[in-house]
Amino acid sequence: MRFTAALRRNRLAAPLVMVAALVATGAAYAAIDSSTSAVQAAVTTETSVTQGKMLFAEGCSSCHGLNAEGTTDGPSLIGVGAAAVDFQVSSGRMPMATQGIQAPRKESIYSEEEIAALAAWVASLAPGPAIPTDEDINTAGANLAEGGEAFRVNCAQCHNFAGQGGALTGGKYAPNLNKATARQIYEAMLTGPQNMPIFSDETLPKEQKRAIIAYIEEMRNGANPGGLDLGKYGPVTEGLFAWTAGFLLLIVAAVWIGVKAK
Amino acid sequence: MSLTQQSPTSKVLTWADERFGAAKGLRVAMNKVFPDHWSFMLGEIALYSFIIILLSGTYLTLFFVPSMTEIVYNGSYVPLKGVKMTEAYASSLDISFDVRGGLLMRQIHHWAALFFVGAMSVHMLRVFFTGAFRKPRELNWVIGTVLLTLGIVEGFAGYSLPDDLLSGTGLRITQGIILATPVIGTWASSLLFGGEFPGTDFIPRLFTIHVLLVPGIILALVTVHMLLVVFHKHTQFPGPGRTNKNVVGYPLLPVYVAKAGGFFFIVFGITTLLAALVTINPIWMFGPYVPNAVSAGSQPDWYMGFLDGAVRLMPGIEVQIFGGTLGLNMLVPAMVIPGIMFTLLGLYPWIEAWASGDRSIHNLLDRPRNAPTRTALGVMALTFYVILWASGGNDLIATTFGLSINSITWTLRFGLFILPAIAFWVTKRICLSLQRRDREKLLHGRESGRIMRLPHGEFIEIHEPISDKEKAKLLSKVDITPLALPAAEDANGVALPQARKRRIQAKVSQWFYADNVPRPTAAELEEAEAHFAHLESGHHDRELESH
Repeated sequence: MRFTAALRRNRLAAPLVMVAALVATGAAYAAIDSSTSAVQAAVTTETSVTQGKMLFAEGCSSCHGLNAEGTTDGPSLIGVGAAAVDFQVSSGRMPMATQGIQAPRKESIYSEEEIAALAAWVASLAPGPAIPTDEDINTAGANLAEGGEAFRVNCAQCHNFAGQGGALTGGKYAPNLNKATARQIYEAMLTGPQNMPIFSDETLPKEQKRAIIAYIEEMRNGANPGGLDLGKYGPVTEGLFAWTAGFLLLIVAAVWIGVKAK
Repeated sequence: MSLTQQSPTSKVLTWADERFGAAKGLRVAMNKVFPDHWSFMLGEIALYSFIIILLSGTYLTLFFVPSMTEIVYNGSYVPLKGVKMTEAYASSLDISFDVRGGLLMRQIHHWAALFFVGAMSVHMLRVFFTGAFRKPRELNWVIGTVLLTLGIVEGFAGYSLPDDLLSGTGLRITQGIILATPVIGTWASSLLFGGEFPGTDFIPRLFTIHVLLVPGIILALVTVHMLLVVFHKHTQFPGPGRTNKNVVGYPLLPVYVAKAGGFFFIVFGITTLLAALVTINPIWMFGPYVPNAVSAGSQPDWYMGFLDGAVRLMPGIEVQIFGGTLGLNMLVPAMVIPGIMFTLLGLYPWIEAWASGDRSIHNLLDRPRNAPTRTALGVMALTFYVILWASGGNDLIATTFGLSINSITWTLRFGLFILPAIAFWVTKRICLSLQRRDREKLLHGRESGRIMRLPHGEFIEIHEPISDKEKAKLLSKVDITPLALPAAEDANGVALPQARKRRIQAKVSQWFYADNVPRPTAAELEEAEAHFAHLESGHHDRELESH
């Protein structure tokens, strides 16, 4: 009795009770909300297909045709699957600002919901690769070493050893992977956008795709034990740095030594 | 033994003198004079970089394992844990991650290597553009050319040792070049690699070349190079009191020993600072070399870049001849072009001496403008080199500036022939214009920028005589008269056997020296002097400024 009374009179008692109450309310709300969201998801699929058709007619049909059958300006999208739509639109490559050799990455003009609607409509036309699930792109516990080996054999020849991209013929290029999300990387492997070959689950198993994504993220976010990385392009930027910063310092020192005696 | 008190220093000196005759050496060093100019320090940067490379390289050999035996990596760099690799690569990773100070040493070693070849190149440019290679220093120029070549070979051998993906790619290209050698290509490749590429022999062999053979030769040649500098005495820029027969400067001991010693530590400090702050050759990112992998943008270090660029520019031409394939696509850019470049470089002192017919000794340097054809040839060669260099990075130029790699390559292919010619012409024009300006300065003084209005309303600019120091500098110009065309026949009408050869020499000589702007003659200078004396006495009249 004395013990609980002491607790009640403690200075921290009121804030603690408040925190506990807030957590309890939040948890309860989340539980109720998630139980309804499953129902809601089923409803949105129906509406999003129609919403997607509308969005497609507005933003995409001028090149891809009203029924995604393709025109002289753009390919048919029947059977490309939701993964291709999600990759192209979420990375801002589609819709293109102008016709060009290659669609560059830019800010996406669609919300996540709108992209989902577009993907749902295109996917409804014919079967194709689906958007990878959270499980597919979960890199926790992925084997970095295996990912590195797969990356060097399959990806580095175009995207460079650290995913910094590289030139292809005639102004085309393999983009750098600095801003690509895990989902986008997975989708790119699955659908082979632009000049990229398709790495289906048969040629590159899901486990390896996950490992590759983990390796790319390690290259991007890992520590730089050697100091400034000079863009991870290899000897060209190193040479440039030696001839600018390095020689600048050395020659300033030489001039200083040469002048001092006067 | 004398009974007079000796200071500890003099005791030591006496001890050394009695045993090695040190006093004589000291006397020589104290009498030796070294001229002052910042550009005379460029060679020193190369020397100091080489010493830094020797020191840091020795540390690296303590931990590097030159073996191509395959093992499984189990060091502390997680993204490569469990990957199969050669011992060479694994030990390079260990140096980078598990040896105390190892990564810093690797980076010092590699940055210093870039500076070593860079400083040699810049030093060589200084020697070329100032004419320091002329008699009696021709052989030292050749030693310099050999040193530069060896420096490039040594650097290449060095960055090929870690057996990472990038260095393996470079070795694969090297093997391609060896294979392209006519007749002996396949055998030579088999011999060097001990069978099929990559084999297991090459890295141990390259290691011996890198740590023993080439540095040994470099060290020996550097010694000869510097002894010859002492023997010939250092060249100096023209100035008051400086002639072909003296050296104006400070004594080697103590001034230059202190300066040079201090400069060594400055170079070491700068190299270490950069090595501590900036990554070079991150081999852990490249991964181990496997023949079926390659990275986009695989480039060599800068000094091999011009060769890589030449290979990138060369169209893929192969010729079937005598039942074999002649791979011109590799042979021309990787052997013929550098062969011609380095041969011309080494022979240049004799080419110029042949064209000028000048056999005298030169200890005073040329100002680049006073040798317009040489300067223009130098800039031309430099332009050629820089274009090859740029094409070595054509892919990065393409992605950085959003251009097509094909159009860059084609532009540079044409540029390789057109731009050096333009560079030659422009440089020569600039040199001749500067010569005219110098002549103008000697004869009419410098423009003071002061405008004066004469009583009748005309505006003139006052010209002032130049300082004695500048005058000495401008008057240092040596005019070379081009060789005259020889007579085809002698007095009796008999054709001279040497005439044809002499004719060619005279033509080249004309091309080299004909459009030189002559230095003012003594009479002209005297007239100018009188003119200024007249001016100073206050007679500013119209006639004065009519020049």
